[in-house]
Amino acid sequence: MKTWIAFWNILKKDMRNYYLKPPNISWGIIFPLAWTLMQLIRAPQSFEINQLLPGLMAMSILFGSTSMLAVTITFERRGRSFDRLLLAPISLTTMVLAKTCGAILFGVFNAFIPVLFAAFFIDLAGTNWLLLSFGVLMIAVTSTLLSLVIAVSVREVFEAQTFSNFFRFPMLFLCGLFFPVSKLPLFLRPLAYCLPLTYGADLLKRALMGGGMMSIGLNSVVLLAMAGLLFVFAERCIRRKWIL
Amino acid sequence: MTIVEVNDLSKKYGELMAVNGLSFSIEEGEIFGFLGPNGAGKTSTINMLTGLSRPTSGQIMIAGFDAVKEVKRAQRIMGVVADESNLYGEMNGFDNLCFCAALYGMRKAEREQRAGQLLAEFQLTGAQDRPFRAYSKGMRRKLTIAAALIHQPKILFLDEPTTGIDVASARQIRKMIKDLKKQGTTVFITTHYIEEAERICDRIAFLVDGKIVRIGTVAELMADTESEHQLELTLDRSIPQLVETEFKQHFPSLRLENRGENASLLAAPHRIALSPILRYLEEKGIAVYEAREVRPSLEEVFVKITGIEATKLNPEKEGGKQ
Repeated sequence: MKTWIAFWNILKKDMRNYYLKPPNISWGIIFPLAWTLMQLIRAPQSFEINQLLPGLMAMSILFGSTSMLAVTITFERRGRSFDRLLLAPISLTTMVLAKTCGAILFGVFNAFIPVLFAAFFIDLAGTNWLLLSFGVLMIAVTSTLLSLVIAVSVREVFEAQTFSNFFRFPMLFLCGLFFPVSKLPLFLRPLAYCLPLTYGADLLKRALMGGGMMSIGLNSVVLLAMAGLLFVFAERCIRRKWIL
Repeated sequence: MTIVEVNDLSKKYGELMAVNGLSFSIEEGEIFGFLGPNGAGKTSTINMLTGLSRPTSGQIMIAGFDAVKEVKRAQRIMGVVADESNLYGEMNGFDNLCFCAALYGMRKAEREQRAGQLLAEFQLTGAQDRPFRAYSKGMRRKLTIAAALIHQPKILFLDEPTTGIDVASARQIRKMIKDLKKQGTTVFITTHYIEEAERICDRIAFLVDGKIVRIGTVAELMADTESEHQLELTLDRSIPQLVETEFKQHFPSLRLENRGENASLLAAPHRIALSPILRYLEEKGIAVYEAREVRPSLEEVFVKITGIEATKLNPEKEGGKQ
């Protein structure tokens, strides 16, 4: 049995049917543009693209990778087309990887749109591209897996959307992108350190501007561990909740 | 050779016992039917057999594989048609079939060739470029069945394949099921249409409240409930009262009932020899135009065995869908 054929075709179908639809691509472009414009209008004097860029990238990844997966999986579950994947002679791990890969790639694609725009206005020569790419990938992976956990936990499409926002917005404001974690109220700080985005955002800041709250090693280890845990947890939830 | 062997299979959802200790086997190349009303446990059983649901207890063997522990190996030889047409609405017919083929690891050239072949077999070639959501109900059902056959499974599971579709499509699907049997494919079908089960199944299991109440061929099921043999005679006129009295004295083991002007019913606990009756009636100047053995319908057998009214089994029938 050629598992890679099944894997590739699930990924290709998701990309074609969901991620590469014009509304999604335009969302990926319009969202960072609108956010930048909002910052420019709000404070034109203190507007610095390089400081805004990590936040924009993180938001683009977060919204890109989480907006579709939970919704599409819930949608496919409702229409029972998802049963086709459960009935296919491929392992659950292969299926989960194929389903999440589309969202991860879409998140990564979205992340580089603000970088592309920024390149017209600021010098990105000092950027650590390898670290930036790793940070982008890890934010995309963890956000996608979080989205998968949401998809497993809900039954309706609207629940998936509501739950996604319930996670996304607090994550954005607690991860240190807009307010440094050190300036958060004491009781919120442990929560900030439980979020994968905190570590991913730190990597993005370090790659684009230097400095950073934690070391590259710590950020990487925590992100990899969180990704692994989320994957195992999501797969377990699928086995428990979808194969009744 | 046995291809499906189920032993003491049960499924509990909370306090509800959906499937209660089912045991049955299916022979290779057989069309085996589950007949029962909604909520009898048909879909729960099919879900457990195909790996979409885990049994609470019991054992399922499919082609030598333990379908609970080695579910992915068993799934390789199965085709499954759910009770809903569950393909991808935004993809066209051809792409849907190719995608399903890819899930079984088929290479591009092979899956395109097989998809084309199935579209032709199901008379859907003209609609192959249309999105699935634009198909009629009957076309959707046919494409869903084609998708289940894409990898040429040894055993096909069909969950209510003709429910809610037009008569012509239902007929075509039944013919396809019979053709599959000729090709050696084993078919497991659930239905609540008695006529459908009677027409296409080699063996039928009556399922009520998660339990098999009777299992056998149509002939066996009928034989089980036949308490007497009946013959209906069409005559040139009704039997006069005097002849009727003499007839009863002449044939004491037979029960004679007049049924309207030119028809009479003969009943006996044994098979009825026709020639003495014909001779007797001829002597009395009564011509017999036709003699027909009256057998109970499967519907009557079902009602007798299960105690469930046929209208409850097939509520939409009255709406004229079948």
